[in-house]
Amino acid sequence: MTHIAALLQIAGPTTEPGFGFWFLMTVVKLVAIFTVYMLGAALLTLAERKISAWIQDRHGPNRVGKGWLQPIADGVKNFVKEETYPSAANLPIFILAPVVSFIPALVTWAVIPFAAPWGSRWGIIEMVLAPVPMGFLFILALSSLGVYGIVLAGWSSNNKYAMLGGIRSTAQMISYEIALGMSTIPVLLLAGNVTLSRIVSQQAFGTWNVLNLTIAFFIFLVASFAETNRLPFDLPEAESELVTGYHTEYSAMKFSLFFIAEYCNMITVSALMATLFFGGWDIPFTLWDNLAPHTGLKTLLTLGCFATKVLFFLFLFMWIRWTLPRFRYDQLMALGWKFMLPLALAYIVCTATLIVTLDALGFAQGSVPFHLGLIMFNLAAVVILFMIVDRGRVISPASSRLNRRDIDKLRAVSAPHRPTLLPESGD
Amino acid sequence: MGHNELPLFYVFHFYFFGIVAIVSAVAFVTRKSPVAAALWLVTTMFSLAALYVLLDAHFIGAMQVLVYAGAIMVVFLFVIMLLNLGHASELADGRGMWWKLAAGAVGLALLAQVFALTRARLPEALMLPENALADQVARTGAIAPLAGPLFHEYLLAFEVTSVLLLAAVVGAVVLGKRKEREHAR
Repeated sequence: MTHIAALLQIAGPTTEPGFGFWFLMTVVKLVAIFTVYMLGAALLTLAERKISAWIQDRHGPNRVGKGWLQPIADGVKNFVKEETYPSAANLPIFILAPVVSFIPALVTWAVIPFAAPWGSRWGIIEMVLAPVPMGFLFILALSSLGVYGIVLAGWSSNNKYAMLGGIRSTAQMISYEIALGMSTIPVLLLAGNVTLSRIVSQQAFGTWNVLNLTIAFFIFLVASFAETNRLPFDLPEAESELVTGYHTEYSAMKFSLFFIAEYCNMITVSALMATLFFGGWDIPFTLWDNLAPHTGLKTLLTLGCFATKVLFFLFLFMWIRWTLPRFRYDQLMALGWKFMLPLALAYIVCTATLIVTLDALGFAQGSVPFHLGLIMFNLAAVVILFMIVDRGRVISPASSRLNRRDIDKLRAVSAPHRPTLLPESGD
Repeated sequence: MGHNELPLFYVFHFYFFGIVAIVSAVAFVTRKSPVAAALWLVTTMFSLAALYVLLDAHFIGAMQVLVYAGAIMVVFLFVIMLLNLGHASELADGRGMWWKLAAGAVGLALLAQVFALTRARLPEALMLPENALADQVARTGAIAPLAGPLFHEYLLAFEVTSVLLLAAVVGAVVLGKRKEREHAR
């Protein structure tokens, strides 16, 4: 612990920039983040279609500028299309909803550190828009607001499919938000603070949290799929049941805004996974990028490292979308409440106990035996969880069969007056 | 950037969020549609969170958004939507003239109290030195000054509060279970 603090002292800012330069750089960062974000969301729609085509062995978009200009064509189309408003809709809220679903994802980027600080001639510039002391809690607070857009869209459309989509998404997002929050507590336990720059530096000088806290990473991964309403958790827009759920009544650019919001949420969650569990902008196996002097080259390289990590998680999102089928609603709830929440709670207790024990044994945090202990524990936990406990029952309910009692219960709900159905084969 | 470095920014944001909070609180009370009222309440809570942050109380600001705007109000909206409340004709205010007068009087009394408080001087013992909070946040992080007392000096009170919440959870489970059994019969 002490030598980390000493190293941080070396890496700490040497000179504060003057107000004028600080303000200028903040505006530059603001514009840069917004531009990259919007361009990224547009290009991701193309990437999604190209990757889905690749996975399904077909061509994908290849007409407008060999496919590369497809996002621009889509954008133009969406702007010139006619906007329709349902006559019985609550118009102010109907218009507000797409905006509300988009803003929280965008604002979250204000606190994510995306590169090593840049020591310019006029002072050290932190490569984060707003280094707020609440860091991670700020992100949790904002991500809890993301549900409003979907709920309001579902309600204000005055359409039963949209309404069902909105209700589903509320239940789903509240359920998984708890697991998401709980899975990050071990990260905060290790970092000892809630600022994201502290979490990054703790990983840079120790081990990445994906090794320290593997189970927490898996919970966070699954919960973030549910939070972004991506397959296999896209029940709010399940096409086969709800047309497209909460945005059934939206057209033209308002529909497009929901689409952009989904991709923005994906980018944000990917950046969070990279920051919390994969060392943020840290380049692995070297401390060169974390120590002074902070040159522009280090800033660029760490930015590239961060972008690579984020792009990997974005690819993972798409990969899984085109690979796995959708969950059934009861499976979704069972996974969230009966499996992930207890697991996250148990994991918090285990990790806290382990940290205190290792501390009492004299292994300081940041030392090799400390991280070795954590990694051994996580290895054992992963083996127990995914190989012994699971066997296709707990973690992948989509492939598991229901027991007789649950089937009867579901049938009683769907067709209460029908006495018996055909006997189930097998089972 | 503390508020001593940028006094104009601080004052502007204080009045901005203060006015937004008051306007949306008035709208919350006067709207007939429950969904609109709930949304105005969310706006109020959001502005209050901003005011807390201006006072260097970052944790309370974050919790205000996370717990009230992000969790409690979402559940409120959920219930309003599920019961499909919202037809103004069914939601006429049932209370008479006397109730409204009494509410107005209580409101005036509270307003008078606020004005009296702005005139009063705080005793020295309650005042923190200039920038003490910002310094502490920079030194120990924003959580530690809150977590220390909560889990050492006031641990018992904290745990007793959690028992209160547990009672609510148990109550909810009992109600849910009973309904299921009645349906089965």
